[in-house]
Amino acid sequence: MASLFTVSPSPHIRGNLTTQKIMFLVILALCPAIAAATVLFGLRAMLLVVFCGGISVLTELICQKLMKKDITVSDGSALLTGVLLALNLPVTLPLWEAAIGCIFAVAVVKQLFGGLGCNFANPAITGRVFLLLSFAGDMTTWVKPFYYRSMGSGMLSSSAGIENLDAVTGATPLASGDADLLSLFVGNVGGSLGETSALALLVGGVFLLLIGVISYHAPVAYLGSLAVLELIYTLASGGELTAVPYALLSGGVILGAFFMATDYVTTPITGKGKLLFGIGCGLLTFVIREFASMPEGCSFSILLMNLLTPYIDRLTMTRPLGAKLVAKEESTNG
Amino acid sequence: MKKLHGVRLSHHKHTENSASQPLPLPKLVRIPMSMHIGAPCTPLVKPKDTVAVGQKIGDTDAFMSAPIHTGVSGTVRAITTYRMSNGRTCPMVEIETDGKQTIFPEVKPPEITNKQSFLAAVRESGLTGMGGASFPAHVKLSPKQPVDTLVINGAECEPYITSDYRQMTEAPEEVMDGVLQVLNWLEIPKAIIGIETNKPEAIRLLTEEARSHPEIEIASLSTLYPQGAEKVLIYNTLGRIVMEGQLPADQGVIVMNVSSVAFLSRYLRTGMPMTQRLITVDGDAVKNPCNLMVPIGTPVQDVLAFAGCDIDRANKLLYGGPMMGMAISDPADPVLKSNNAILAFEKLQSPKSSPCIHCGRCITACPLQLMPVEMAKALRRKDAAALEKLHVMLCMNCGCCTYACPAKRPVAETNQLAKAFYQSQKNK
Repeated sequence: MASLFTVSPSPHIRGNLTTQKIMFLVILALCPAIAAATVLFGLRAMLLVVFCGGISVLTELICQKLMKKDITVSDGSALLTGVLLALNLPVTLPLWEAAIGCIFAVAVVKQLFGGLGCNFANPAITGRVFLLLSFAGDMTTWVKPFYYRSMGSGMLSSSAGIENLDAVTGATPLASGDADLLSLFVGNVGGSLGETSALALLVGGVFLLLIGVISYHAPVAYLGSLAVLELIYTLASGGELTAVPYALLSGGVILGAFFMATDYVTTPITGKGKLLFGIGCGLLTFVIREFASMPEGCSFSILLMNLLTPYIDRLTMTRPLGAKLVAKEESTNG
Repeated sequence: MKKLHGVRLSHHKHTENSASQPLPLPKLVRIPMSMHIGAPCTPLVKPKDTVAVGQKIGDTDAFMSAPIHTGVSGTVRAITTYRMSNGRTCPMVEIETDGKQTIFPEVKPPEITNKQSFLAAVRESGLTGMGGASFPAHVKLSPKQPVDTLVINGAECEPYITSDYRQMTEAPEEVMDGVLQVLNWLEIPKAIIGIETNKPEAIRLLTEEARSHPEIEIASLSTLYPQGAEKVLIYNTLGRIVMEGQLPADQGVIVMNVSSVAFLSRYLRTGMPMTQRLITVDGDAVKNPCNLMVPIGTPVQDVLAFAGCDIDRANKLLYGGPMMGMAISDPADPVLKSNNAILAFEKLQSPKSSPCIHCGRCITACPLQLMPVEMAKALRRKDAAALEKLHVMLCMNCGCCTYACPAKRPVAETNQLAKAFYQSQKNK
């Protein structure tokens, strides 16, 4: 018999879903937000997304070459990190600062901890927090939507001269509190590229929910717990009830709830765990926003909950069908 | 009642309308002395002996075993060694056929008067579970615990395989008679036959057969792999949970395959022991997929050649289905009692695996809600206590986790390694 046969354990067939497909589906789901950012903030928004994506992929490629590892940039995970980070940046951020954020996210947060699947914190969020602490001024310079209409042809390549524009505003609507709800929903307000248009983010988020790439647990728990806490706070302090939808629509909560709090690697693995994670994010966001010195708490809350993920995982193990309880034995041993 | 998870598979039931036909008699059959769980048999024949169809050629005194018979008449060429899938070896009787298919004179219907004589007859029939696990039937049918329900497995949830389906549609009366015999002699009050909804014709025919037997219920089960796994089937038909370390009988249940009960019916009528079985021959390397009645011990290559498979172009041969089947290394290996299919594929490469992304699909796909991702971590740090807490021994190796894994990791395989490691630590 001339031929040799493959002998391997069962199962012998595999499903069609791959890591690469998942990554590109998430990037696809971010496209409405990228499109909205381009309409609101001009072509430079698109440039920033492409630039960050490219730098992230390049960083991963160089890291893997240096570490003599398999080159896996085609899995799309570095590209996704770059795109997500870009959507967390103000459109006027100098490109070199954006590049530092991408390099930090991919090289330090992801590759130094072992690459895909091994990082304990979300690279894009950590990259954003890193930039916020390093370049606080540039990271909080927001321009009003459609500011580019009043600018010349140079707006694509340079951010020089923006300081002189009267379109510049010092705060997002979260801090200033002066936007109407409809503007917040469609995104006609100042802010980071991808966080202004709740509508565009929801389109992508619901798409991911429907095709089963993400589960409802974390987004619903995050937005739900934040809404409840804001409601109680508003009632207790005698404010207007519109403060609740205002809190959900302004800042990066929608982007965080659907695209960051659902990151597989850095969030709990079971449905119960994801619910706890979401509630934790909601609570921390609320506390930071209302009681801390910072106007926005979304990134910090998700980052802090990333750190708690291993513990949540241990608390929320499944109870398999037919499993006998071993907890009692354990407590007597301990 | 909580709904169990699983995976949706392409059915590939190409052979559902292919009526069973006999394979032309092979020139040589090779019959291993162990095709079942339990003690291997000792050959009762020696080289140059003449044998006839239905003659017992291997037996043992062990309770956990089943005798072995020949399905061909001819001359014993040699007693050789067969390497089983678990790596161990057992004797193998090789018989050159004479083409006459003379029936062994002692083959006659058994006389059954009570439970004891029924169980003795079941043992003599050589029947072992035909669904794949190959558990000796007489052992399964003599539980110490009281049994109130006989569950019959007609789910046939693996892709490609239709041999159970052909049995149910070609001879539903055999299935029904076999069920009634078991109920009668073991004094079990009722039976449930579980069939997946993608086999409406089988459900219709058996429902018709069961009309005059109120003690037999036909349950349509959703088409979700692994519906035919014993624990899943018991849960979905009766709502009972077979706990860790338990057998179905601990929950008052005996599970048998439809083809097994149909064989029992034929045996009690004719006395012809388990010498041949129906198998589905399919896969993308097979030109003419079909259902064949083949003598046990027929070389796999003879079966594939008849179905128009160019073996040189195949890269993977399987005993059984693509989810739980066993890869065949040598096409001269025999068809076993437990084989419900022989599949041959041209392009079935194991994909390259990438790092785990912690997506949890192995957990959501698991019918028992086990946590394969955590088991793999526990195995890596050689933590038997953690494996115990994860209930590693519950894993039935259905393969849903591997199928669902987007990183293409060998998840189920790792579970098996974790089970072996856990057991080795526990036995220390």
